[in-house]
Amino acid sequence: MQEKIVEFENISFSYGKNEVLDNINFYIEKGDFIGIIGPNGSAKSTLMKVMIGILKPDKGRVRLFNEDIKDFKDFTKVGYISQNVRDINPRFPATVEEIVESNLYSQLGFLKISNKNIKEKTYEVLRIVGMEEYKDTLIGKLSGGQKQRVFIARSLINNPEILFMDEPLVGIDIGSQKKLYSLMDKLNKDYNITLAMVSHDIGTIKNRANKIFILGNKKLYVHDSDKIKSEDLLKEIYNDDLKV
Amino acid sequence: MLDIFSYSFMQRSLIMGIIIAIIAPTIGLFLVLRRLSVIGDAISHVALAGAAFGLLLGIYPVYTAIGFSIIAVLGVEKLRKEYSEYAELSLSIVLSAGIGLASILISLGNTSGIFSYLFGSLALVTKKDIWVVSILGSFIIISVLFLYKGLFYLTFDEESARMAGVPVRKINTFFSILVALTIGISMRTVGVLLISSLMILPVATSLLISKSFKQALLYSNLFGIISVVLGLISSFYFDLAPGGTIVLTALLILIIVMVINKIKD
Repeated sequence: MQEKIVEFENISFSYGKNEVLDNINFYIEKGDFIGIIGPNGSAKSTLMKVMIGILKPDKGRVRLFNEDIKDFKDFTKVGYISQNVRDINPRFPATVEEIVESNLYSQLGFLKISNKNIKEKTYEVLRIVGMEEYKDTLIGKLSGGQKQRVFIARSLINNPEILFMDEPLVGIDIGSQKKLYSLMDKLNKDYNITLAMVSHDIGTIKNRANKIFILGNKKLYVHDSDKIKSEDLLKEIYNDDLKV
Repeated sequence: MLDIFSYSFMQRSLIMGIIIAIIAPTIGLFLVLRRLSVIGDAISHVALAGAAFGLLLGIYPVYTAIGFSIIAVLGVEKLRKEYSEYAELSLSIVLSAGIGLASILISLGNTSGIFSYLFGSLALVTKKDIWVVSILGSFIIISVLFLYKGLFYLTFDEESARMAGVPVRKINTFFSILVALTIGISMRTVGVLLISSLMILPVATSLLISKSFKQALLYSNLFGIISVVLGLISSFYFDLAPGGTIVLTALLILIIVMVINKIKD
Protein backbone atom coordinates (compact mmCIF):
# COMPACT_ATOMS: atom_id res chain seq x y z
CA MET A 1 0.00 0.00 0.00
CA GLN A 2 1.23 3.45 -0.98
CA GLU A 3 1.64 6.39 1.40
CA LYS A 4 -1.62 8.27 1.98
CA ILE A 5 -1.22 11.89 0.91
CA VAL A 6 -4.70 13.21 1.62
CA GLU A 7 -7.19 11.66 3.98
CA PHE A 8 -10.73 12.79 4.81
CA GLU A 9 -12.41 11.44 7.93
CA ASN A 10 -16.10 12.25 8.34
CA ILE A 11 -15.83 15.67 6.76
CA SER A 12 -18.87 17.95 6.61
CA PHE A 13 -18.87 21.48 5.26
CA SER A 14 -21.55 24.18 5.06
CA TYR A 15 -21.84 27.68 3.67
CA GLY A 16 -23.92 29.24 6.44
CA LYS A 17 -26.86 26.92 6.88
CA ASN A 18 -26.43 25.33 3.46
CA GLU A 19 -24.59 22.03 3.92
CA VAL A 20 -22.71 21.03 0.76
CA LEU A 21 -20.56 18.14 1.98
CA ASP A 22 -21.98 15.55 4.35
CA ASN A 23 -19.78 13.05 6.14
CA ILE A 24 -17.21 12.51 3.40
CA ASN A 25 -14.52 9.84 3.71
CA PHE A 26 -11.74 9.03 1.24
CA TYR A 27 -8.00 8.97 0.77
CA ILE A 28 -5.59 9.80 -2.01
CA GLU A 29 -2.45 7.69 -2.28
CA LYS A 30 0.96 8.64 -3.64
CA GLY A 31 0.98 8.29 -7.42
CA ASP A 32 -2.79 8.53 -7.83
CA PHE A 33 -4.36 10.54 -10.62
CA ILE A 34 -7.77 11.49 -9.30
CA GLY A 35 -10.52 12.90 -11.49
CA ILE A 36 -13.20 14.79 -9.55
CA ILE A 37 -16.51 15.11 -11.37
CA GLY A 38 -20.05 16.13 -10.55
CA PRO A 39 -22.79 18.49 -11.67
CA ASN A 40 -22.53 22.28 -11.23
CA GLY A 41 -22.87 23.29 -7.61
CA SER A 42 -21.89 19.86 -6.29
CA ALA A 43 -19.05 21.44 -4.25
CA LYS A 44 -16.14 20.16 -6.33
CA SER A 45 -14.10 23.33 -5.81
CA THR A 46 -15.14 23.42 -2.16
CA LEU A 47 -13.88 19.85 -1.71
CA MET A 48 -10.53 20.85 -3.19
CA LYS A 49 -10.26 23.95 -0.99
CA VAL A 50 -10.98 21.86 2.11
CA MET A 51 -8.25 19.42 1.02
CA ILE A 52 -5.62 22.15 1.02
CA GLY A 53 -6.86 24.05 4.04
CA ILE A 54 -8.21 27.20 2.33
CA LEU A 55 -11.61 26.27 3.79
CA LYS A 56 -12.06 24.73 7.23
CA PRO A 57 -14.59 21.89 7.62
CA ASP A 58 -17.40 22.08 10.19
CA LYS A 59 -16.83 18.49 11.27
CA GLY A 60 -14.24 15.79 10.74
CA ARG A 61 -10.52 15.69 10.17
CA VAL A 62 -8.34 16.34 7.12
CA ARG A 63 -4.86 14.83 7.04
CA LEU A 64 -2.15 15.94 4.62
CA PHE A 65 0.97 13.77 4.43
CA ASN A 66 -0.18 11.93 7.58
CA GLU A 67 -0.39 15.15 9.54
CA ASP A 68 -3.52 16.94 10.75
CA ILE A 69 -4.00 19.86 8.37
CA LYS A 70 -4.23 22.22 11.36
CA ASP A 71 -0.57 21.44 12.11
CA PHE A 72 0.58 21.12 8.51
CA LYS A 73 3.08 23.80 7.51
CA ASP A 74 5.06 22.60 4.50
CA PHE A 75 2.80 23.85 1.73
CA THR A 76 5.68 23.74 -0.76
CA LYS A 77 4.74 20.04 -1.09
CA VAL A 78 1.32 21.09 -2.35
CA GLY A 79 0.67 22.76 -5.69
CA TYR A 80 -2.74 24.34 -6.35
CA ILE A 81 -4.05 25.88 -9.53
CA SER A 82 -7.35 27.56 -8.74
CA GLN A 83 -10.13 28.60 -11.11
CA ASN A 84 -9.22 32.20 -10.32
CA VAL A 85 -6.16 32.07 -12.53
CA ARG A 86 -8.52 32.43 -15.49
CA ASP A 87 -9.62 35.86 -14.20
CA ILE A 88 -6.14 37.25 -13.99
CA ASN A 89 -5.78 40.77 -15.38
CA PRO A 90 -4.63 40.21 -19.00
CA ARG A 91 -2.60 43.41 -18.93
CA PHE A 92 -0.70 42.57 -15.76
CA PRO A 93 2.88 43.64 -16.51
CA ALA A 94 4.74 40.52 -15.45
CA THR A 95 6.83 38.06 -17.44
CA VAL A 96 6.42 34.30 -17.29
CA GLU A 97 9.76 34.11 -15.48
CA GLU A 98 8.72 36.66 -12.82
CA ILE A 99 5.52 34.73 -12.16
CA VAL A 100 7.16 31.32 -11.87
CA GLU A 101 9.91 32.71 -9.59
CA SER A 102 7.39 34.36 -7.29
CA ASN A 103 6.33 30.98 -5.92
CA LEU A 104 9.73 30.55 -4.31
CA TYR A 105 8.56 33.12 -1.75
CA SER A 106 9.20 30.98 1.31
CA GLN A 107 12.73 30.22 0.13
CA LEU A 108 13.52 33.70 -1.09
CA GLY A 109 12.61 35.49 2.10
CA PHE A 110 12.36 39.24 2.08
CA LEU A 111 15.32 40.68 0.34
CA LYS A 112 17.11 37.87 -1.45
CA ILE A 113 17.20 38.72 -5.12
CA SER A 114 16.94 36.05 -7.78
CA ASN A 115 20.32 34.51 -8.52
CA LYS A 116 21.73 32.11 -11.10
CA ASN A 117 20.42 29.08 -9.22
CA ILE A 118 16.88 30.38 -9.26
CA LYS A 119 17.12 31.31 -12.94
CA GLU A 120 18.23 27.77 -13.74
CA LYS A 121 15.45 26.27 -11.66
CA THR A 122 12.89 28.49 -13.38
CA TYR A 123 14.22 27.49 -16.80
CA GLU A 124 14.08 23.82 -15.84
CA VAL A 125 10.40 23.87 -14.78
CA LEU A 126 9.47 25.91 -17.85
CA ARG A 127 11.25 23.29 -19.96
CA ILE A 128 9.22 20.50 -18.31
CA VAL A 129 5.97 22.21 -19.31
CA GLY A 130 7.33 23.17 -22.74
CA MET A 131 7.26 26.93 -22.16
CA GLU A 132 10.97 27.77 -21.88
CA GLU A 133 10.89 29.89 -25.04
CA TYR A 134 8.31 32.17 -23.45
CA LYS A 135 10.17 33.05 -20.26
CA ASP A 136 10.43 36.76 -21.16
CA THR A 137 6.90 37.02 -22.55
CA LEU A 138 4.21 38.97 -20.70
CA ILE A 139 1.68 36.61 -19.12
CA GLY A 140 -1.23 38.43 -20.80
CA LYS A 141 0.13 37.64 -24.27
CA LEU A 142 -0.27 33.87 -23.79
CA SER A 143 -3.22 31.68 -24.76
CA GLY A 144 -5.37 29.95 -22.12
CA GLY A 145 -3.53 26.64 -22.52
CA GLN A 146 -0.11 28.30 -22.34
CA LYS A 147 -1.13 30.19 -19.18
CA GLN A 148 -2.16 26.92 -17.53
CA ARG A 149 1.27 25.48 -18.38
CA VAL A 150 2.93 28.49 -16.75
CA PHE A 151 0.82 28.02 -13.61
CA ILE A 152 1.79 24.34 -13.54
CA ALA A 153 5.44 25.41 -13.83
CA ARG A 154 4.92 27.89 -11.01
CA SER A 155 3.77 25.02 -8.80
CA LEU A 156 6.56 22.71 -9.99
CA ILE A 157 9.30 25.10 -8.90
CA ASN A 158 8.72 23.99 -5.30
CA ASN A 159 8.98 20.27 -6.24
CA PRO A 160 5.44 19.51 -5.03
CA GLU A 161 4.36 15.96 -4.29
CA ILE A 162 0.74 16.62 -5.13
CA LEU A 163 -0.85 19.00 -7.60
CA PHE A 164 -4.48 20.14 -7.29
CA MET A 165 -6.07 21.60 -10.41
CA ASP A 166 -9.54 23.12 -10.43
CA GLU A 167 -11.01 22.87 -13.94
CA PRO A 168 -7.77 23.67 -15.77
CA LEU A 169 -9.27 22.81 -19.17
CA VAL A 170 -12.20 25.23 -19.25
CA GLY A 171 -12.07 27.63 -22.20
CA ILE A 172 -9.14 25.84 -23.82
CA ASP A 173 -9.26 24.41 -27.36
CA ILE A 174 -9.12 20.65 -27.92
CA GLY A 175 -5.54 20.65 -29.23
CA SER A 176 -4.24 22.45 -26.14
CA GLN A 177 -6.34 20.19 -23.90
CA LYS A 178 -4.60 17.15 -25.40
CA LYS A 179 -1.19 18.71 -24.77
CA LEU A 180 -2.16 19.50 -21.18
CA TYR A 181 -3.32 15.94 -20.64
CA SER A 182 -0.02 14.54 -21.94
CA LEU A 183 1.80 16.95 -19.62
CA MET A 184 -0.26 15.66 -16.70
CA ASP A 185 0.56 12.06 -17.66
CA LYS A 186 4.23 12.97 -17.76
CA LEU A 187 4.10 14.63 -14.33
CA ASN A 188 2.21 11.69 -12.87
CA LYS A 189 4.27 8.88 -14.38
CA ASP A 190 7.75 10.32 -14.93
CA TYR A 191 7.91 12.73 -12.00
CA ASN A 192 5.73 10.69 -9.66
CA ILE A 193 3.53 13.67 -8.79
CA THR A 194 0.10 12.80 -7.42
CA LEU A 195 -2.65 14.64 -9.27
CA ALA A 196 -6.18 15.66 -8.32
CA MET A 197 -8.17 17.42 -10.99
CA VAL A 198 -11.72 18.76 -11.22
CA SER A 199 -13.15 18.26 -14.70
CA HIS A 200 -16.42 18.23 -16.63
CA ASP A 201 -15.01 16.12 -19.43
CA ILE A 202 -16.04 12.70 -18.13
CA GLY A 203 -15.00 10.69 -21.20
CA THR A 204 -11.38 11.91 -21.22
CA ILE A 205 -10.75 12.12 -17.49
CA LYS A 206 -11.97 8.53 -17.12
CA ASN A 207 -9.24 7.38 -19.51
CA ARG A 208 -6.49 9.36 -17.80
CA ALA A 209 -7.24 9.14 -14.08
CA ASN A 210 -6.96 5.91 -12.11
CA LYS A 211 -9.72 6.89 -9.71
CA ILE A 212 -12.86 8.94 -10.21
CA PHE A 213 -14.50 10.82 -7.35
CA ILE A 214 -18.13 11.62 -8.05
CA LEU A 215 -19.76 14.38 -6.03
CA GLY A 216 -23.52 14.70 -5.82
CA ASN A 217 -26.20 15.22 -3.18
CA LYS A 218 -23.51 16.23 -0.65
CA LYS A 219 -21.93 12.75 -0.89
CA LEU A 220 -18.78 11.45 -2.53
CA TYR A 221 -18.48 8.14 -4.38
CA VAL A 222 -15.13 6.65 -5.37
CA HIS A 223 -14.70 4.44 -8.45
CA ASP A 224 -11.71 2.75 -10.02
CA SER A 225 -11.83 4.25 -13.49
CA ASP A 226 -11.09 0.98 -15.28
CA LYS A 227 -14.00 -0.77 -13.59
CA ILE A 228 -16.76 1.59 -14.55
CA LYS A 229 -18.19 2.62 -17.89
CA SER A 230 -18.60 6.26 -18.86
CA GLU A 231 -22.33 5.68 -19.40
CA ASP A 232 -22.73 4.46 -15.83
CA LEU A 233 -20.81 7.46 -14.50
CA LEU A 234 -23.06 9.82 -16.41
CA LYS A 235 -26.14 8.07 -15.12
CA GLU A 236 -24.83 8.30 -11.60
CA ILE A 237 -24.10 12.00 -11.90
CA TYR A 238 -27.02 13.26 -13.92
CA ASN A 239 -29.51 10.44 -13.47
CA ASP A 240 -29.75 10.44 -17.23
CA ASP A 241 -29.38 8.10 -20.17
CA LEU A 242 -27.00 10.31 -22.15
CA LYS A 243 -24.46 8.45 -24.29
CA VAL A 244 -20.82 9.53 -24.35
CA MET B 1 18.16 77.81 -16.59
CA LEU B 2 19.16 75.62 -13.67
CA ASP B 3 19.83 78.80 -11.72
CA ILE B 4 16.40 78.44 -10.27
CA PHE B 5 17.70 75.66 -8.07
CA SER B 6 20.11 78.10 -6.43
CA TYR B 7 17.12 79.37 -4.46
CA SER B 8 16.98 77.42 -1.24
CA PHE B 9 13.20 77.04 -1.32
CA MET B 10 13.49 75.52 -4.81
CA GLN B 11 16.17 73.13 -3.58
CA ARG B 12 13.85 72.07 -0.79
CA SER B 13 10.96 71.61 -3.21
CA LEU B 14 13.15 69.62 -5.57
CA ILE B 15 14.36 67.27 -2.83
CA MET B 16 10.81 66.75 -1.59
CA GLY B 17 9.49 66.43 -5.11
CA ILE B 18 11.96 63.73 -6.11
CA ILE B 19 11.27 61.69 -2.98
CA ILE B 20 7.55 61.90 -3.71
CA ALA B 21 8.10 61.17 -7.40
CA ILE B 22 9.65 57.86 -6.39
CA ILE B 23 7.19 56.93 -3.66
CA ALA B 24 3.84 57.94 -5.15
CA PRO B 25 4.07 55.93 -8.42
CA THR B 26 5.64 52.95 -6.60
CA ILE B 27 2.69 52.72 -4.24
CA GLY B 28 0.41 53.65 -7.15
CA LEU B 29 1.61 50.72 -9.30
CA PHE B 30 0.39 48.19 -6.73
CA LEU B 31 -2.87 50.12 -6.30
CA VAL B 32 -3.57 50.28 -10.03
CA LEU B 33 -2.86 46.58 -10.52
CA ARG B 34 -5.20 45.73 -7.67
CA ARG B 35 -7.87 47.95 -9.27
CA LEU B 36 -7.77 50.31 -6.31
CA SER B 37 -6.60 53.42 -8.12
CA VAL B 38 -9.46 55.49 -6.67
CA ILE B 39 -8.29 54.87 -3.11
CA GLY B 40 -5.82 57.77 -3.42
CA ASP B 41 -8.70 60.17 -4.10
CA ALA B 42 -10.76 58.91 -1.18
CA ILE B 43 -7.92 59.02 1.33
CA SER B 44 -6.58 62.38 0.19
CA HIS B 45 -9.93 64.02 0.97
CA VAL B 46 -9.69 62.68 4.49
CA ALA B 47 -6.09 63.94 4.61
CA LEU B 48 -7.44 67.39 3.76
CA ALA B 49 -9.75 67.20 6.77
CA GLY B 50 -6.70 66.17 8.81
CA ALA B 51 -4.68 69.14 7.57
CA ALA B 52 -7.56 71.52 8.37
CA PHE B 53 -7.80 69.98 11.83
CA GLY B 54 -4.07 70.59 12.38
CA LEU B 55 -4.28 74.21 11.20
CA LEU B 56 -7.25 74.79 13.46
CA LEU B 57 -5.50 73.46 16.56
CA GLY B 58 -2.05 74.77 15.67
CA ILE B 59 -0.57 71.28 15.22
CA TYR B 60 1.82 70.51 12.32
CA PRO B 61 -0.79 69.67 9.60
CA VAL B 62 1.24 66.87 7.97
CA TYR B 63 1.02 64.89 11.22
CA THR B 64 -2.72 65.32 11.57
CA ALA B 65 -3.21 64.54 7.87
CA ILE B 66 -1.24 61.30 8.28
CA GLY B 67 -3.23 60.39 11.39
CA PHE B 68 -6.55 60.98 9.64
CA SER B 69 -5.37 59.07 6.55
CA ILE B 70 -4.34 56.01 8.56
CA ILE B 71 -7.76 55.90 10.22
CA ALA B 72 -9.36 56.27 6.78
CA VAL B 73 -7.40 53.44 5.07
CA LEU B 74 -8.15 51.08 7.92
CA GLY B 75 -11.79 52.16 7.62
CA VAL B 76 -11.73 51.35 3.90
CA GLU B 77 -10.39 47.86 4.66
CA LYS B 78 -13.19 47.27 7.17
CA LEU B 79 -15.89 48.61 4.86
CA ARG B 80 -14.59 46.50 1.97
CA LYS B 81 -15.33 43.42 4.04
CA GLU B 82 -18.78 44.75 4.89
CA TYR B 83 -19.63 45.47 1.23
CA SER B 84 -17.57 42.76 -0.42
CA GLU B 85 -19.78 42.80 -3.53
CA TYR B 86 -19.46 46.57 -3.92
CA ALA B 87 -15.80 47.16 -3.12
CA GLU B 88 -15.79 50.65 -4.63
CA LEU B 89 -18.68 51.70 -2.37
CA SER B 90 -16.32 51.74 0.62
CA LEU B 91 -14.15 54.29 -1.20
CA SER B 92 -17.14 56.54 -1.93
CA ILE B 93 -18.22 56.40 1.71
CA VAL B 94 -14.76 57.39 2.95
CA LEU B 95 -14.46 60.13 0.31
CA SER B 96 -17.81 61.59 1.38
CA ALA B 97 -16.82 61.46 5.03
CA GLY B 98 -13.53 63.20 4.25
CA ILE B 99 -14.93 66.04 2.16
CA GLY B 100 -17.81 66.60 4.59
CA LEU B 101 -15.50 66.76 7.56
CA ALA B 102 -12.97 68.93 5.72
CA SER B 103 -15.54 71.53 4.69
CA ILE B 104 -16.81 71.84 8.27
CA LEU B 105 -13.32 72.07 9.76
CA ILE B 106 -12.24 74.65 7.17
CA SER B 107 -15.28 76.82 7.93
CA LEU B 108 -14.72 76.61 11.68
CA GLY B 109 -11.89 79.07 12.07
CA ASN B 110 -8.56 80.37 10.83
CA THR B 111 -7.55 77.82 8.23
CA SER B 112 -6.38 80.24 5.55
CA GLY B 113 -3.21 78.16 5.02
CA ILE B 114 -5.34 75.31 3.67
CA PHE B 115 -4.97 76.53 0.06
CA SER B 116 -1.33 75.42 -0.06
CA TYR B 117 -2.41 71.96 1.04
CA LEU B 118 -5.03 71.78 -1.68
CA PHE B 119 -2.77 72.50 -4.67
CA GLY B 120 0.76 72.28 -3.24
CA SER B 121 3.19 75.11 -2.67
CA LEU B 122 6.83 75.88 -3.43
CA ALA B 123 7.52 78.88 -1.25
CA LEU B 124 6.00 77.52 1.93
CA VAL B 125 8.12 74.37 2.17
CA THR B 126 9.99 74.46 5.48
CA LYS B 127 13.04 72.62 6.80
CA LYS B 128 10.71 70.61 8.99
CA ASP B 129 8.77 69.50 5.89
CA ILE B 130 12.02 68.27 4.34
CA TRP B 131 12.94 66.29 7.43
CA VAL B 132 9.55 64.69 7.78
CA VAL B 133 9.33 63.82 4.08
CA SER B 134 12.90 62.43 4.02
CA ILE B 135 12.46 60.25 7.08
CA LEU B 136 8.98 58.95 6.26
CA GLY B 137 9.89 58.69 2.57
CA SER B 138 12.91 56.50 3.36
CA PHE B 139 10.72 54.39 5.62
CA ILE B 140 8.22 53.85 2.79
CA ILE B 141 10.90 52.95 0.23
CA ILE B 142 12.65 50.51 2.59
CA SER B 143 9.30 48.95 3.51
CA VAL B 144 8.37 48.41 -0.15
CA LEU B 145 11.79 46.82 -0.78
CA PHE B 146 11.20 44.43 2.10
CA LEU B 147 7.64 43.63 1.04
CA TYR B 148 8.36 43.60 -2.70
CA LYS B 149 8.17 39.84 -3.31
CA GLY B 150 5.08 39.35 -1.18
CA LEU B 151 3.37 42.42 -2.62
CA PHE B 152 4.11 41.31 -6.16
CA TYR B 153 2.76 37.81 -5.52
CA LEU B 154 -0.43 38.86 -3.74
CA THR B 155 -1.11 41.62 -6.27
CA PHE B 156 -0.97 39.05 -9.06
CA ASP B 157 -2.79 36.16 -7.38
CA GLU B 158 -3.83 36.51 -3.75
CA GLU B 159 -5.05 32.94 -3.21
CA SER B 160 -1.85 31.31 -4.45
CA ALA B 161 0.22 33.84 -2.53
CA ARG B 162 -1.50 32.76 0.66
CA MET B 163 -0.73 29.10 -0.16
CA ALA B 164 2.91 29.97 -0.78
CA GLY B 165 3.20 31.36 2.73
CA VAL B 166 2.84 35.07 1.99
CA PRO B 167 1.33 36.74 5.11
CA VAL B 168 -1.39 38.33 2.99
CA ARG B 169 -3.44 40.00 5.70
CA LYS B 170 -0.44 41.52 7.49
CA ILE B 171 1.04 42.83 4.25
CA ASN B 172 -2.33 44.28 3.19
CA THR B 173 -2.73 46.18 6.45
CA PHE B 174 0.86 47.41 6.42
CA PHE B 175 0.56 48.46 2.78
CA SER B 176 -2.60 50.44 3.60
CA ILE B 177 -0.60 52.37 6.17
CA LEU B 178 2.08 53.05 3.55
CA VAL B 179 -0.66 54.47 1.27
CA ALA B 180 -1.77 56.79 4.08
CA LEU B 181 1.80 57.92 4.77
CA THR B 182 2.44 58.57 1.08
CA ILE B 183 -0.62 60.78 0.83
CA GLY B 184 0.25 62.57 4.06
CA ILE B 185 3.76 63.49 2.99
CA SER B 186 2.92 64.27 -0.65
CA MET B 187 0.31 66.88 0.14
CA ARG B 188 2.84 69.64 0.81
CA THR B 189 4.28 69.51 -2.70
CA VAL B 190 1.54 68.20 -4.96
CA GLY B 191 -1.48 69.15 -2.89
CA VAL B 192 -4.25 66.96 -1.60
CA LEU B 193 -6.39 67.15 -4.71
CA LEU B 194 -3.63 66.00 -7.06
CA ILE B 195 -1.76 63.35 -5.08
CA SER B 196 -3.71 60.50 -6.51
CA SER B 197 -2.91 61.75 -10.03
CA LEU B 198 0.81 61.45 -9.30
CA MET B 199 0.16 57.95 -7.99
CA ILE B 200 -1.73 56.94 -11.13
CA LEU B 201 -0.58 58.87 -14.25
CA PRO B 202 3.09 57.73 -14.34
CA VAL B 203 1.84 54.17 -13.79
CA ALA B 204 -0.71 54.46 -16.59
CA THR B 205 2.10 55.60 -18.91
CA SER B 206 4.50 52.85 -17.83
CA LEU B 207 1.88 50.14 -18.38
CA LEU B 208 1.78 51.12 -22.06
CA ILE B 209 5.42 50.21 -22.64
CA SER B 210 6.56 47.85 -19.84
CA LYS B 211 7.66 44.37 -20.77
CA SER B 212 8.07 43.13 -17.19
CA PHE B 213 7.08 44.06 -13.65
CA LYS B 214 10.52 45.47 -12.89
CA GLN B 215 10.27 47.68 -15.97
CA ALA B 216 6.80 48.83 -14.92
CA LEU B 217 8.23 49.92 -11.56
CA LEU B 218 11.26 51.57 -13.11
CA TYR B 219 9.33 53.48 -15.80
CA SER B 220 6.69 54.58 -13.26
CA ASN B 221 9.45 56.13 -11.17
CA LEU B 222 11.17 57.65 -14.17
CA PHE B 223 7.98 59.28 -15.47
CA GLY B 224 7.19 60.43 -11.92
CA ILE B 225 10.59 62.13 -11.58
CA ILE B 226 10.42 63.79 -15.02
CA SER B 227 6.92 65.09 -14.22
CA VAL B 228 7.99 66.52 -10.86
CA VAL B 229 11.16 68.20 -12.13
CA LEU B 230 9.56 69.73 -15.23
CA GLY B 231 6.44 70.59 -13.22
CA LEU B 232 8.45 72.40 -10.54
CA ILE B 233 10.45 74.35 -13.12
CA SER B 234 7.34 75.51 -14.95
CA SER B 235 5.62 76.28 -11.66
CA PHE B 236 8.51 78.59 -10.80
CA TYR B 237 8.70 80.39 -14.16
CA PHE B 238 5.00 80.80 -14.76
CA ASP B 239 4.04 81.31 -11.12
CA LEU B 240 1.54 78.45 -11.11
CA ALA B 241 0.54 75.98 -8.39
CA PRO B 242 3.16 73.16 -8.54
CA GLY B 243 0.54 70.44 -8.07
CA GLY B 244 -1.16 71.48 -11.29
CA THR B 245 2.01 71.79 -13.37
CA ILE B 246 3.35 68.44 -12.12
CA VAL B 247 0.14 66.58 -12.88
CA LEU B 248 -0.33 68.23 -16.28
CA THR B 249 3.27 67.31 -17.17
CA ALA B 250 2.52 63.70 -16.18
CA LEU B 251 -0.59 63.83 -18.36
CA LEU B 252 1.39 65.27 -21.26
CA ILE B 253 3.92 62.42 -21.00
CA LEU B 254 1.04 59.91 -21.02
CA ILE B 255 -0.40 61.47 -24.20
CA ILE B 256 3.01 61.56 -25.92
CA VAL B 257 3.65 57.87 -25.13
CA MET B 258 0.14 56.97 -26.32
CA VAL B 259 0.68 58.80 -29.62
CA ILE B 260 4.13 57.20 -30.14
CA ASN B 261 2.59 53.78 -29.43
CA LYS B 262 -0.20 54.41 -31.97
CA ILE B 263 2.29 55.53 -34.62
CA LYS B 264 4.42 52.43 -34.00
CA ASP B 265 1.36 50.19 -34.40
